[in-house]
Amino acid sequence: MTRRNLILSSAALAGAFIAPSARAAFTEGTKLPDLSTFGLSGTLPKTEGKVIYLDFWASWCAPCKASFPILNQWHEQMNVHGFSVIGISVDESEEDMTRFLKKNRVAFPVARDAAHKLVATANVSTMPTSFIIDRKGIIRHVHSGFHKKDEPVLFAQINQLMAQR
Amino acid sequence: MKALRLFLALSAVISGVSCTQVKPWERGHLADYLMRPGRDPLTDSVNEHVWFTREAFAGGRGVGGGGCGCN
Repeated sequence: MTRRNLILSSAALAGAFIAPSARAAFTEGTKLPDLSTFGLSGTLPKTEGKVIYLDFWASWCAPCKASFPILNQWHEQMNVHGFSVIGISVDESEEDMTRFLKKNRVAFPVARDAAHKLVATANVSTMPTSFIIDRKGIIRHVHSGFHKKDEPVLFAQINQLMAQR
Repeated sequence: MKALRLFLALSAVISGVSCTQVKPWERGHLADYLMRPGRDPLTDSVNEHVWFTREAFAGGRGVGGGGCGCN
């Protein structure tokens, strides 16, 4: 084997391990990309000038289900004041998502990331993961998982961003 | 010898590509009810109690979570 072949093989091997972790992730302080460019199915609300709670969920994820009554409450309370929850379903099957939405009341807009393009770009570490975005479209807080005890913290963070103009 | 080295190098590259993690958003099948080793919580707790009684040992049976990627 020539030295050139050896180098190429090594590079390919290294690339196979490095490439998946080299994806851009949604991190605090970065701008939320235009969601309409990710091929989501469903209608997304206008996000300009709004505080957004972007929630990645799945029908098979129990904590996601547990978070929905609280997200409904927030959305209904503050939607008129420039706040919106946007649920992004990562269900592979549309039927699973539809069945879930029929059983569980969801007051906020939901879109489905069937190709997992958006969730892979966000590179979430667990389900659910949520991103709180300010009125300027900057991701300000990232939350992994959902516990009932997180509710006051999340609510305070949302209110703080709502107060900013 | 050259062919063997090439074969080994290619095998390493191909096996490297095949190594991948199941991402949190891809765990729908793993989180399925049918994938649970114990599907009856009551039976599980009874078995756990029997095991504890016989072995004077608690815990250590698997890990928390059902593979759904949730906390």
